[in-house]
Amino acid sequence: MTVTAATGLSDLRSFLHGLPGVDKVGVEARAAALATRSVKTSSKAKAIDLAIRMVDLTTLEGADTPGKVRALCAKGRRPDPSDPSCPPVAAICVYPAMVPVAAAALAGSDVHLASVATAFPSGQAPLEVKLADTRAAVAAGADEIDMVISRGAFLAGDYHRVFDEIVAVKEACGGAHLKVILETGELATYDNVRRASWLAMLAGADFIKTSTGKVAVNATLPITLVMLEAVRDFRERHGRQVGVKPAGGIKTTKDAVKYLVMINETVGDDWLHPDWFRFGASSLLNDLLMQRTKLTTGHYAGPDYFTLD
Amino acid sequence: MFEYAPAPESRSVVEIASSYGLFIDGSFEAAKDGNVFKTVNPASEEVLAEVAAAGPEDVDRAVAAARRAFGPWSALPGSERAKYLFRIARIIQERSRELAVLESLDNGKPIKESRDVDLPLVAAHFFYYAGWADKLAYAGFGPDPRPLGVAGQVIPWNFPLLMLAWKIAPALATGNTVVLKPAETTPLSALFFADVCRQAELPPGVVNIVTGAGDTGAYLVQHPDVNKVAFTGSTDVGREIARAVAGTGKRLTLELGGKAANIVFDDAPIDQAVEGIVNGIFFNQGHVCCAGSRLLVQESVAEELLASLKRRMATLRVGDPLDKNTDIGAINSAAQLARITELSEIGASEGAERWSPACELPERGFWFAPTIFTGVTQAHRIAREEIFGPVLSVLTFRTPAEAIEKANNTPYGLSAGIWSEKGSRILSVADQLRAGVVWANTFNKFDPTSPFGGYKESGYGREGGRHGLEAYLA
Amino acid sequence: MPKSSKVLEAAPARLTVRKTYKLFIGGKFPRSESGRTLVVNGDNVALASRKDARDAVLAARAASAKWAGATAYNRGQVLYRVAEMVEARRAEFVALGVAPTEVDAAVDRWVWYAGWSDKIAQVAGGANPVAGPFFNISAPEPTGVVAVVAPPSLLGLVSVVAPAVVTGNTVVVLAADPQIAITLAEVLATSDVPGGVVNILTGRYAETAPWLASHADVNALDLTGVEHPELAAELERAAAGTLKRVLRPPAGGIDFTADPGLRPMTALLETKTVWHPKGY
Repeated sequence: MTVTAATGLSDLRSFLHGLPGVDKVGVEARAAALATRSVKTSSKAKAIDLAIRMVDLTTLEGADTPGKVRALCAKGRRPDPSDPSCPPVAAICVYPAMVPVAAAALAGSDVHLASVATAFPSGQAPLEVKLADTRAAVAAGADEIDMVISRGAFLAGDYHRVFDEIVAVKEACGGAHLKVILETGELATYDNVRRASWLAMLAGADFIKTSTGKVAVNATLPITLVMLEAVRDFRERHGRQVGVKPAGGIKTTKDAVKYLVMINETVGDDWLHPDWFRFGASSLLNDLLMQRTKLTTGHYAGPDYFTLD
Repeated sequence: MFEYAPAPESRSVVEIASSYGLFIDGSFEAAKDGNVFKTVNPASEEVLAEVAAAGPEDVDRAVAAARRAFGPWSALPGSERAKYLFRIARIIQERSRELAVLESLDNGKPIKESRDVDLPLVAAHFFYYAGWADKLAYAGFGPDPRPLGVAGQVIPWNFPLLMLAWKIAPALATGNTVVLKPAETTPLSALFFADVCRQAELPPGVVNIVTGAGDTGAYLVQHPDVNKVAFTGSTDVGREIARAVAGTGKRLTLELGGKAANIVFDDAPIDQAVEGIVNGIFFNQGHVCCAGSRLLVQESVAEELLASLKRRMATLRVGDPLDKNTDIGAINSAAQLARITELSEIGASEGAERWSPACELPERGFWFAPTIFTGVTQAHRIAREEIFGPVLSVLTFRTPAEAIEKANNTPYGLSAGIWSEKGSRILSVADQLRAGVVWANTFNKFDPTSPFGGYKESGYGREGGRHGLEAYLA
Repeated sequence: MPKSSKVLEAAPARLTVRKTYKLFIGGKFPRSESGRTLVVNGDNVALASRKDARDAVLAARAASAKWAGATAYNRGQVLYRVAEMVEARRAEFVALGVAPTEVDAAVDRWVWYAGWSDKIAQVAGGANPVAGPFFNISAPEPTGVVAVVAPPSLLGLVSVVAPAVVTGNTVVVLAADPQIAITLAEVLATSDVPGGVVNILTGRYAETAPWLASHADVNALDLTGVEHPELAAELERAAAGTLKRVLRPPAGGIDFTADPGLRPMTALLETKTVWHPKGY
């Protein structure tokens, strides 16, 4: 696919810079207003189960071991061993080296296996290395690839390089779904977030994802709002639906519910599904489980009653 | 769709008595002739309380009490007056949830607005003017500015407690005493404020509250011993007051109606513009004098913008004002609902295209679905008359000059909005708009430090900020 | 000195060429459209009609946007030029019976107001520290077209016209002393003041003022020169029809030799407050 075909414009820069601007104060005010929604009782219960089903349960540490990854996969398949009605998470997300272990641990389940790739988290490697990274992860059993864009190239205005890399990685993914990490904390402005979202979608991203979780600013409500607006507008224009994944810093049920409210009131029902929205998180799951228990039992839960993995 | 379960704010934080008297000289008393009226919850039509209707003798007593209090109050050192106002501000903060619930009950506005907008601004307003009380010589109105005397103040029903704060805070800070008449349909928060004054141990007579209908307000503004009249309300009543005050030497400030243009250029930050349009016309059910009730959108982006606007409007939640998730509450009164309904019908009959999102309205109470009219021209009545409800008229323009011309083509001049990412365009358009408040890339923002008030028939004088002191100083 | 009392046998060797006192509208000196005149101090002065008042408002409105849009520096230069020209024509004012000290004061008042042109916005406006990420600034703007019932003296006249126009308003002045007012008009006409910024009508203000008070294209009404409280109240009531800003005649009159303060300017200013978010 060429840029011309995707955008109907020969000049990617003109297109991206022609997107409507984002007013920082306005978008933050809107996100803050949505965050005041009060979600209680039955709607909270539904929201918690949906949020669990949207979790990409993640471990991305240098200290990750097969044991740690196996434990995480077990947790992802049955988050609450004491309650069979508790749904599994959407996916387990690991480094490429851990994909074989995770693939074995998830065999026979509906839990997807996501691997970060393309010299995660910095993306500072030659394209060939990135593609090899991607192919290896897919070959080992990952059905979702979380790539990072070259923020340096983006900030230098080399949009074609970023675009071409995404196109190449998408090709390397084969049948695996491609999530494109924009690393919004390094893009610094909402205008850049909107442009990078469009750039990734035009290049073929199945999902756009906020962050690696490895920089100071990770997912925020207003950044996610800008990305949601982008997928909404992109579908309107191109007829293709793209998913959104905020990642990093989402730790509590309260946080997660705010994201669901935001989906509900900006892009609507179509994105309220694990196929189209994910939380990249690790500690979030246990808080969701504790709140779930509170709703089913009527009393507050304690961390000792939930598995730590 | 992800449905939110009902999330009602508790009513139990506020205790409403079955009847209220007038607050005169530090205590509550019945009207001399015993007249009362009922105030209802517009969301349910339930009677909340019976309130005394002040007649001429009651207004006399209140003005006399304010006159007696004026001497000692104006003689207090500014620093002492300041401390009373600081106390009032603190008590309002402490009682803010109670007052927010009360306001939503009596007015119909959503709790999220009374809680997050009205009450914080009320407290902030008292804090702001408290600090002025001992600094008046530095305000730029001469080295020894003096209070005027007794201020007669008449306020509307759309922001009952906030309008009270806008009136009372600067009046007291400058050493005046006050007789205030709240609106007939929303008297309760002013009566609770009287209790705040008692808690603050404000000297009797400094603040007096006389409840009643229009005739009570007329007695007050025409009272010969009132030195200063301040009114917020409709332009028609403002005109009557200006006539009544003519030749008396009473100082007068008026904050009246508006028909603000909210101008969206083709380079606007479109998603924020949509939010600004929604906030501009649907905030407080559109019961806002500075509401952005005329959307002027550049023709080249009109279709796209309207599609976004309609999509956004479909998510507005209309219903129980006490539900924390309600965006649009009840219309304040049956009379106002009738006015909105009538003008909307005129809009349709004059050929404008009417649209509202699917929206279930409660059976009891006064409700109006958020509505837009497209294909409106300057000749339509809905483009010229203040509707004071959740009804937006959409017009288009081609060039900045045309936008400015249309925006200014009204006897009103209270506020305006500009949406564009181009700085020089914003500044130039802002310069040319004949409006007292211009919001660029935002709308309906208020702050105690920021002067508010209109050009032309939107009134005169400014409330808020250093400018707001002038109305109460000789 | 009444000119009609001169005795024929004392005819001078050369007959004086007299001045015709007409109106001053849109930078021109027309006669009253009514053709009426009034004898004042021996001169036939124009007796302005309601239609002259209407024409003057049209001229003031036409001049408004450009004058309000001129730079403050430019308006200051123009007002200073007026001071220069009053100084240059001081003999004419003295010949009309104005005390030399009053001419001095009138010149000085023009100079004083000239200096205000680019300072009033700084004194009357400024940044407001709102509690949020917003740039917020208040600035004064002229209210528009001001109808002025002027007091009779030269200093009084200058003291009501200068504060109105220095900020960018345009005025329709109902003058009390036609000779002084039209002589001032001649000063203005030769002082770079754009036509229509100041319009002067002579005659009986009680006849024309009500038309201006009720005129929907007049934004403010200065009643400083109205002597009768009842008429002032009536004009104020008429002004309420379109909610004009009204400067009432001060109780006990005004000492025009005193420091005028800011009020004569600020009373004819609107405050515009502009908000804009801050963020990148």
